[in-house]
Amino acid sequence: MSSLSRRMTAALLAVLLAACATPQGTVVLLPEAGGRDTSVVVAQGGKEVVLDQPYAGAKLASTGPQKYSSNAAEVQTQFGAAMAALPGRPAQFTLYFVEGKDEFTDASKQNIDSVFAEIASRPVPDVLVIGHTDKVGSDTSNDVLSRQRAEVVRKALIVRGIAPENVVAVGRGKREPVVPTDAGVAEPRNRRVEILVR
Amino acid sequence: MNLVTQGCRRSLLAGLVAATSAWIGFTTVAAASEIGQIKVSKGQVTVDRKGEALSGSVGLRLETADVVKTGADGSVGITMGDNSLLSAGPNSILALEHFDFDPTTSQGRFDAQLQRGTLAVISGRIAKQSPQAMTVRTPSAALGVRGTEFVVSAHE
Repeated sequence: MSSLSRRMTAALLAVLLAACATPQGTVVLLPEAGGRDTSVVVAQGGKEVVLDQPYAGAKLASTGPQKYSSNAAEVQTQFGAAMAALPGRPAQFTLYFVEGKDEFTDASKQNIDSVFAEIASRPVPDVLVIGHTDKVGSDTSNDVLSRQRAEVVRKALIVRGIAPENVVAVGRGKREPVVPTDAGVAEPRNRRVEILVR
Repeated sequence: MNLVTQGCRRSLLAGLVAATSAWIGFTTVAAASEIGQIKVSKGQVTVDRKGEALSGSVGLRLETADVVKTGADGSVGITMGDNSLLSAGPNSILALEHFDFDPTTSQGRFDAQLQRGTLAVISGRIAKQSPQAMTVRTPSAALGVRGTEFVVSAHE
């Protein structure tokens, strides 16, 4: 093979490779509040790269994913419209109850206003209300009580104008204490309703 | 009552509606279960469901196998039943291929495909509970989501 045809072959190969490596997309890991350990594994054409640092990126191409460093400005340019459409993050609230009853503690009566405010701030809120008890009493009585507590909150939300089909009330009894205790122990922090607004 | 029984009630209701429609001679409607909801919708947004194009407006409840499409001026934000958040930019096609989730155990599986366009993802309880359980694909690549926030684009 002459030097010229070798060069032409090399040029042709380069063109072909470039064609193969036509970008098919981009993946970028975003920084996360709270600094949890997170990662995305990008698999393509039998090759894999792991993105585990903020703004670690991968260019997708038929030759396999290529790692690169992205940044906030580039992400904004390429993905700004998509990111602007992200729904509000689910918000969680906890309200506490008087022992053995479905009445709020005085402190929690104040807090319920912030729950309403959060719901009102969302265009189509859906709300999950989960009632819990402490470990005083039987499973059955606590299942009933936890459900009653959740229903109290659900009704309060409906009275304030939330559509009934958008609020679900659930009782979990004494199964999920925040503070683990022995059976029969009265623990105010476990007598609660969790409210998830999304 | 939990989310599962609520889902069952909805399925029962849908079944009832389907049975009634069949009885009076209309096409039978399959029992459906909801997996997420459109929370943000700008410009042109449509949802393809079983050959039908629905308007992708705010509040629309989504089902497995729905395909969400945005036009040149469109963008859409979705909250899934496990708290995953997905939002697509203009000229995007997002298929919600598979979603199942048990709210009591947080076990489930979520597979979505971005066929075209741009997508932002904040994963929810499914990916947090089991790191192998959520996958976002593009026509050429598969992303294993280990509980995280990321963006992805797919060119045609």
